[in-house]
Amino acid sequence: MVTKLGYAAGLAVLAASTIAFAGPSGGGISGKVTYEGTPARQKPIDMSKEPGCAQQHPTPITTETVVVGPGNTLANVVVYVSTGAPDDSTPPAQAVTITQKGCQYLPHVVPMVVNQELKVVNADSNSHNIHPLAKINNEWNKSQPPGTPPFSEKFSKPEFIAVKCNIHPWMHSSFAVLKNSHYAVSGGDGGFTLPNLPPGKYTVTAWHEAYGEQTQDVTISGNETKTISFVFKAKPY
Amino acid sequence: MMRTRRLTKLVLGIAACVALPITASAQQGESHIGKLTGHADTGRQLYFRYCWGCHGFRGEGTGENWIPTGSFPDSPYLNIQPRNFVAAVFKCRSTPTGTLPLQQDLYNTLVRGVVNSNMPSWITLTSQNRADLIAFIMTFSARWKNDKPGDPITVPPEPKLTIEGIKHGQELYQKLECWKCHGPLGFGNGPSASTLTDSNDEPIRPFNFTAFSRFKCGSTNQDLYKIFMTGLDGTPMPSFADVVKPEEAWDLVHFLRTLQVELKSPELTLWESTKEGAQQVAASRVSGTPTGSGVKQ
Repeated sequence: MVTKLGYAAGLAVLAASTIAFAGPSGGGISGKVTYEGTPARQKPIDMSKEPGCAQQHPTPITTETVVVGPGNTLANVVVYVSTGAPDDSTPPAQAVTITQKGCQYLPHVVPMVVNQELKVVNADSNSHNIHPLAKINNEWNKSQPPGTPPFSEKFSKPEFIAVKCNIHPWMHSSFAVLKNSHYAVSGGDGGFTLPNLPPGKYTVTAWHEAYGEQTQDVTISGNETKTISFVFKAKPY
Repeated sequence: MMRTRRLTKLVLGIAACVALPITASAQQGESHIGKLTGHADTGRQLYFRYCWGCHGFRGEGTGENWIPTGSFPDSPYLNIQPRNFVAAVFKCRSTPTGTLPLQQDLYNTLVRGVVNSNMPSWITLTSQNRADLIAFIMTFSARWKNDKPGDPITVPPEPKLTIEGIKHGQELYQKLECWKCHGPLGFGNGPSASTLTDSNDEPIRPFNFTAFSRFKCGSTNQDLYKIFMTGLDGTPMPSFADVVKPEEAWDLVHFLRTLQVELKSPELTLWESTKEGAQQVAASRVSGTPTGSGVKQ
């Protein structure tokens, strides 16, 4: 009985500390990612070899290596707390999903936490093979014909992983396997928000699949929300 | 010389007996293949005599015979690179995709060599030497310490060969879209074939079944079963383990054999005894040469 009580008390303490850390009372970091220079023009994709996919795009889509918005904003940048926040002790219960639709990966960049469930969905009427070219984690390659149920995988080490489909050479995605849940992906307006950060010193890293990564040190005191910005140098390659 | 060797062996043997119960590190430098125990120390000497020219000083696959990725940006040549033992990603496994192979799998690759590449068969070495080499190769990657090899896939007993089975295999070949790379008749000329790259970003060709060629990972029906149920990691060939039921997989094996029109097999004989099969085999024989040249990519 005593042990049980102790266990319950321990749990309560744990829960309390989690709430204290992740609770809405904390501060946060928000900001914008932009670029300077001329980004490479994205090329239209010829999907004529896969008519089922081509039909889904009345106007051909382009490659998504660099996605920009008005006002030099840069999308698809993974912004995350690289130091200062503790690693997630258990991965989030909810799975992250990547969907193959119209011979495109949705979303293009998939952040997740170490050991979090990744669900792979094929919504197309043709086969795909999903092939994460992992270097630190294990590289695997699985076929997913149409109509087969989603399958789940997970990655046990932090890493940025390039993903491709060998059947459709234009299909590319990136998995960002991170140590904690304090991450965001910049939207079309380049904006990002990292909420629920208690006072402390943090290093924030911004990663882009073509332009590499940048870091900034941020100190949060009280409930303030700090505003920072990242500027990437666009390389017209 | 002979005497010195024997003496060395004796001393080593005694040393090993003394060391065995004490250190785990002694075991880490070992491979266990069947009844053989390979030793990394011996393997190291063999490696720096036979292997490092291609696989490199540190096993990273960049020996002096290695040609860097992207050396032929505009040429049609294939640059099949030596295996990188530091990355420890292997094509020929009996274990699921994304896992380390069994030591036996690596040993089998040494025996076979890798067809259509510069890796020869090392049948000229003794089996003990091959086991020693495996022990040494495993010292290049921490993966062998931190990860365990995957559980080998179960290959159920091969069912009786039937025409229905072959036809079902043919349906699977369509449904699973094997033809996207390997081509409708197995010529390796499917719509995606010319765009394929391996994990080194080098162009790679899908297997041409109609050419008189062995598979990279063995030549028996069992090997063929394993190839598509485990995938060839590091190449575009994925694993179909999640999408093909074991009993269906054998039907696919039997159909794939009928694509090998230059290789006599019970499957081909049975298939040719049907009207449909005879037509298909004839079509394949006409439009290709045994080496696969003249195949439009």
